[in-house]
Amino acid sequence: MSRGREFLPLVSSEREEREGEREEGANKTSILPSLSLCLLSSCVSLLLVEEIIPAHTLPVADLTVLGLREVGIFDGLAQRFHSCCAGLKRKLKWGLMGPRLGKRDRLRWSHLYTFACARSTALVDDEQSSLLGPGFSRIVHCNQSQLHRKPPLNYCNNYISTTRYNAITFIPKALFEQFRRVANIYFLLAAILSLTPISPFSPLSMIAPLSFVVGLSMAKEAMEDWRRFMQDMKVNRRRVCIHKGEGNFGNKQWQDIRVGDVVKVEKDQFFPADLLLLSSSYEDGICYVETMNLDGETNLKVKRSLEVTLTMEDDTAFKDFTATIKCEDPNPSLYTFVGNFEYERQVYVLDPSQILLRDSKLRNTSYVYGVVIFTGHESKVMQNSTESPSKRSRIEQKMDSIIYILFTVLVLISLISSIGFAVMTKYKMPNWWFLQPFNTTSLYDPSRPAVSGVFHLVTALILYGYLIPISLYVSIEVVKVLQATFINQDILMYDEEIGKPARARTSNLNEELGQVDTILSDKTGTLTCNQMDFLKCSIAGISYGVRASEVEMAAAKQIASEADDPENVIHDHWEDNVGAYGSSGIELVNGITCMVEKTQKPAIKGFSFEDDRLMHGNWRNEPTASTILLFFRILALCHSAIPELNEKTGDLTYEAESPDEAAFLVAAREFGFEFYKRTQSSVFIRERYSSSEKPVEREFKILNLLEFNSKRKRMSVVVRDESGQIILLCKGADSIILDRLSKNGRMYEIDTTKHLNEYGEAGLRTLALSYRVLDESEYSAWNNEFQKAKTAIGPDREAQVERVSDMMEKDLILVGATAVEDKLQKGVPQCIDKLAQAGLKIWVLTGDKIETAINIGYACSLLRQGMKQISLSIANTDLITQDANKAAKENLKLQLTNASQMIKLEKDPYAAFSLIIDGKTLTYALEDDLKNQFLSLAVDCASVICCRVSPKQKALVTRLVKEGTGKVTLGIGDGANDVGMIQEADIGVGISGVEGMQAVMASDFSISQFRFLERLLVVHGHWCYKRIASMICYFFYKNIAFGLTIFYFEAYTGFSGQAIYDDWYMILFNVVLTSLPVISLGVFDQDVPSDVCLQFPALYQQGPKNLFFGWPRIIGWMFNGLYSSIIIYFINIAIFYLAAFRSDGQTADMAAIGATMFTSIIWVVNVQIILIINHFTWIQHLLVWGSVVAWYIFLFAYGMASPTISGDAYQLLQEALGSAPIYWIVTILVIFACNIPYLAHISFKRMFTPLDHHVIQEIKHFKLDEVDQHMWKREKSKARQKTKIGFTARVDATIRQLKGKLHRKVSSLTIQTMF
Amino acid sequence: MNHANGSAVAGSSSGSGDDLAPRRNSKRPKYSRFTQQELPACKPILTPKWVISVFTLIGVIFVPIGVAALLASNNVVEIVDQYDDKCVPPNMTNDKVAYIQNATFDKTCIRTLQVLKNMSQPIYVYYQLDNFYQNHRRYVKSRNDEQLRKASQANETSGCDPERTANGAPIVPCGLIAWSLFNDTYKFSLDNKNLTVNKKGISWKSDRDHKFGKDVYPKNFQNSSVIGGAKLDPKIPLSEQEDLIVWMRTAALPTFRKLYGKIEQDLKEGDSIIVTLENNYNTYSFSGKKKLVLSTSSWLGGKNDFLGIAYLAIGGLCFFLAVAFTVIYLVKPRKLGDPSYLSWNRNPAGN
Repeated sequence: MSRGREFLPLVSSEREEREGEREEGANKTSILPSLSLCLLSSCVSLLLVEEIIPAHTLPVADLTVLGLREVGIFDGLAQRFHSCCAGLKRKLKWGLMGPRLGKRDRLRWSHLYTFACARSTALVDDEQSSLLGPGFSRIVHCNQSQLHRKPPLNYCNNYISTTRYNAITFIPKALFEQFRRVANIYFLLAAILSLTPISPFSPLSMIAPLSFVVGLSMAKEAMEDWRRFMQDMKVNRRRVCIHKGEGNFGNKQWQDIRVGDVVKVEKDQFFPADLLLLSSSYEDGICYVETMNLDGETNLKVKRSLEVTLTMEDDTAFKDFTATIKCEDPNPSLYTFVGNFEYERQVYVLDPSQILLRDSKLRNTSYVYGVVIFTGHESKVMQNSTESPSKRSRIEQKMDSIIYILFTVLVLISLISSIGFAVMTKYKMPNWWFLQPFNTTSLYDPSRPAVSGVFHLVTALILYGYLIPISLYVSIEVVKVLQATFINQDILMYDEEIGKPARARTSNLNEELGQVDTILSDKTGTLTCNQMDFLKCSIAGISYGVRASEVEMAAAKQIASEADDPENVIHDHWEDNVGAYGSSGIELVNGITCMVEKTQKPAIKGFSFEDDRLMHGNWRNEPTASTILLFFRILALCHSAIPELNEKTGDLTYEAESPDEAAFLVAAREFGFEFYKRTQSSVFIRERYSSSEKPVEREFKILNLLEFNSKRKRMSVVVRDESGQIILLCKGADSIILDRLSKNGRMYEIDTTKHLNEYGEAGLRTLALSYRVLDESEYSAWNNEFQKAKTAIGPDREAQVERVSDMMEKDLILVGATAVEDKLQKGVPQCIDKLAQAGLKIWVLTGDKIETAINIGYACSLLRQGMKQISLSIANTDLITQDANKAAKENLKLQLTNASQMIKLEKDPYAAFSLIIDGKTLTYALEDDLKNQFLSLAVDCASVICCRVSPKQKALVTRLVKEGTGKVTLGIGDGANDVGMIQEADIGVGISGVEGMQAVMASDFSISQFRFLERLLVVHGHWCYKRIASMICYFFYKNIAFGLTIFYFEAYTGFSGQAIYDDWYMILFNVVLTSLPVISLGVFDQDVPSDVCLQFPALYQQGPKNLFFGWPRIIGWMFNGLYSSIIIYFINIAIFYLAAFRSDGQTADMAAIGATMFTSIIWVVNVQIILIINHFTWIQHLLVWGSVVAWYIFLFAYGMASPTISGDAYQLLQEALGSAPIYWIVTILVIFACNIPYLAHISFKRMFTPLDHHVIQEIKHFKLDEVDQHMWKREKSKARQKTKIGFTARVDATIRQLKGKLHRKVSSLTIQTMF
Repeated sequence: MNHANGSAVAGSSSGSGDDLAPRRNSKRPKYSRFTQQELPACKPILTPKWVISVFTLIGVIFVPIGVAALLASNNVVEIVDQYDDKCVPPNMTNDKVAYIQNATFDKTCIRTLQVLKNMSQPIYVYYQLDNFYQNHRRYVKSRNDEQLRKASQANETSGCDPERTANGAPIVPCGLIAWSLFNDTYKFSLDNKNLTVNKKGISWKSDRDHKFGKDVYPKNFQNSSVIGGAKLDPKIPLSEQEDLIVWMRTAALPTFRKLYGKIEQDLKEGDSIIVTLENNYNTYSFSGKKKLVLSTSSWLGGKNDFLGIAYLAIGGLCFFLAVAFTVIYLVKPRKLGDPSYLSWNRNPAGN
């Protein structure tokens, strides 16, 4: 406290005098430390210089640069360095530097900025250059792009193409793609063979459907590729300002940029290629870059140029600029770059901080100049692009096996045919004089029946090809595209705020959405908005902030609802309690009574704090005002954010690395400490102590910034305030900070820890704030070491920096803690509740720390009180040695065994377990020998939360679940770190929210809010699953029914390969006459309407249980097809083959029987589909009846056509069939004979073993839901899988407890009365 | 690392350029009942009432049709006479093929048919062949429709293999079908009076008018080395060669009947008809039967009990199903929309 006081008066009492000094400007040293310090630091600087000189035999001019750099690290010391060491100055030949000096002078502040951006201008000798080996062959002649237009340095241009095809390759490549499907190859071979006499059909009848089907698929490909091409062209035609020679810049299209070009990129433009940053509008050559398109991170990154190129700050500077870059070859690593920059006979080392990557955006900087290093497909982002794995749904995979089965059947019956044919040819055909058997070709050669048999095998394979539905793939494709359109068009999945609808980015997986078993979800940005609201804080051991968090509110609501009616337990909590959110006074668990505001949204984004003790300057009346002041200062100073002035409103917004930081700054602003300007060396704060006072502007010099990273879990700044005092401000994870407190800094530790726990329980993210006052000598000593570490070359630089940082961040004094609410996205708990009721398991995989994850777990009701938490962790040791490794593994194994044992021994059927595991433990759990044990434990738990997992681990966990359980997994996430998981999961869903497009690009579906997942799965998934399942079953049914009739007929033609149907009928069968109704089934059918799907999430389980596409069902359908084919064939044959079919006495020839049989087939399959369809709109009616009518129309028209075309079918309907009553009567007979068994089957099934959707359909049909609303409501609430997670389960658990209590009371009462 | 053109980048590089703000509104899906899948629809449900009435209704419709079909079939009088064996002289029964192939033998054969029931005219005369694969692919394809239609296309014999040309000249009509034209002939007499067999109008009118040319005359027919079946009068155009036209309509099965002619005169029960037939056609090679059929016709055509039986069977089945359904329903009723049948109510403990 004492040290804190020393610092504090700065603000209040010494304010005025400091203000005067500040007028002198930022560049001048305002605080002059003692001379001794000057000398000390100068000597240190000298030492530094001296040390480096022998290491590199360098020209003097560059030494100057280096020297300046090193010396300049000290705030303000550089000038004194010059004056103190005049001799050295001479030695360094300042004069040589000439015109550049001015700019250099201005530079000295910026070295301090942040160590991550430290320039590594360390120089290398030409000999030392290791860049000549393989992989480092690229040479770029800056500003001489003409050299790169011819070999050997002819690098690719900046034209990008993400299309799969071009005009020339489209036909061969797309054809190749099409014929990779085994069914299509088969049909292609058949089409080729149809040109030979082997074929039973005319060539046209084979080629036409194939070209139709393949053409349609190719048209789709072409359309998609065209869209890609247009997108590419849009990108390629973007304009950028490029150096055209003689210092003139002009616009050029992106695609015309070559390696070596100098380009000028302006604010908010994208970089057209990978550039080397030469200079920027900032004097010190930094620029800010948004890399959202690359890695999905929204925070800005700082890039800085080499010092030598700084001076090229206007167009004319590039007139004669030449330099050479030698660097690595194109590679996909975004975060590395190795290269040399040769300029004016000097060699400078390049590192990633000078590289501006294509597709990132220039922010906060008016312009930059850069040299193009990698263009087009050689740029890092293009190199990085991976083709997202093509996924196929399980149904489609199973469909393939059905196709294989059918192929087997096909081969089998073809073999039967060809053997039969060979036998007939050998033994019978010699007697068939009418065939002139001895005047024949090898196709029908009785003397060589084996040869004829082999030929006939080919014929038969073609003939029975109708077993394989040629149009199946294309129909499914059409159906899925239409289904996807419906998903895209769903207005209820459109987010008004973001303005993005749901998108099915691939239509392959629609039906898979209906079979999901496990959801693996990212947390930040997916469950939460990644918007932090400053909600509470604890300062000097006193907790401030009265507003309740969402978790607290949920808990309060739960308790309130229990108190209201413990008996009437089951109702839809969410629907019923929308109003209750409003103005009911709620007794919170922790005893704080508060009014829950009607408006949940805070007026200020990022700030939901409410406590009059701190607001409006009231904090000054608090007893601990000085600590509070310090607290606010830490909030306002300890960050790496950049303020951005909104010119229209005059408001400040903050570009911060993390949303927490932004929330802190907003909070600081609201408390009266507005951070408004950051220069390279200073942070400026406008302090206003009360609303009446005029704000005071203060400057704090940032001496060092020790950045945050996940390992350190803290960040610090070293600032010099206006009084010259040096203070280290540190904020970080509570556990880290509390470990680093000094003895006298623990004043508030106990209270703060208590508050931290409270905040944690309330689902808030907490950070602890602390400070430390440094004295000048201590600081400069440390700073020397720090600078040394920073400029160290080699891989251990970061380790060194960390070590040195660590030295400073100790002996801290605790000030307080912050609690930030990680806002849940709208509707997330409700959605999770519904998904849980639908029987889905939800795993949360987050990079966050364990506490945060648990908080969110509570907020989403994935965790609740009374749930047994199994926490797997291993001791936090540095596991380098083998032994430790082994021990850790053993330890984990024991934990796993114990946990499994515990679950097994659990008697209570309602007991729920949750599993929480962190990333490090997960590394072991995912190893081969433990993973199965881990998985079986995880599957037994109601919810699984994995914290601190790396993107790779996310993918690994996904794979483990996917492969281990064999169930369908869905990965959902929003950031670049979820890409692996999204690609690995059976279905990847990207949240197209605020983060980058990376996740969305990798995903199969994109939605803008997590809550839309419910509708996507429970409505669209359910529908699509049922649609596709019944569609495929039907498809096989109809083709079996049709194809087998051809086979039966063969047996009656001596297996000669004659078909009973006209070629045209067969062409039209698959392509026209039966395809549209089945498409309408696949696109429009609904078993229950969408609202019922949502009300009865349990219906969803029909998908994961695969009730509609299991083998029994498939085989059932195949038998139905077999049955129908038998009925169709034999009834028709029996009636027509001999007797006259008209009163005119004519007998039926093949054409008449064929047409009658075909009529029967068309009717049978269309009536069959009517029995399948649940939902008839005019479209279904039109398509089904239209198909039947189309057949008659076709037959009529075909009969009208010239006999050359129609052959025996000429005038068939008009003359022969139409007027024969038997033709119609037989059709009716066959329709019913074929479909009555199915009708009986479904009627009996429905009546005596109804499925859920049957009952619900009936309830809806008879409007029982309106008559008996109580029942309806009751069923709605019961209609869920027994779930142990979600809000409902949480309530149920509490109710069970209450009931248990009641029961005990009652029983004790009865016992009492008995006595 | 896959360096292929990735779809991921396609979007990212282009997506980066999209200015979202102005398009925001256009991205909002347009509401229509169609796009929201809310079109008015009828959702039929198989309620027991519905099921029972459907089955009963089918039964009610099918049984009468079946009865009507059976009656029609019963009214048809059919006389079938298999003559292939009978018309071979007893001394040749061991080598029927030799008999039939030897043109010098007299092939005339007298058969007597007893009329067992009154037959009202027209009485259709059919020949029925058995084991004759008119549907064999080699056979079916061996014809040329163009040639039959137009005199100018006489040389068009493609597809007629192996019966295209005779001594180098194109055959009209070419092909195996025409070549193997059936050539038994029948003459009928009743009480020593000839019964005229009308051979006009036995083929489809459309065939006569459009498929067989009025100016196409047989050429080189049966001139090749092997003689198949009947010969054609080269002076009569194809459109009037109705036997050929009927024959050219290939049958679907190896057993088939083809119309030979019509007797336009009533026959009475007990009449015995003398048939003088020329047994020319060789079915002995492949042991095919030959039958002569006289038949009247009903509105459903010839004699065919199957249709009626099938209708009765289906009708009966439907009645049975209706009854069975009713019985089971009465024994074990389920109230429609009874929520206790929902899966979560049926096995509350289960998942």
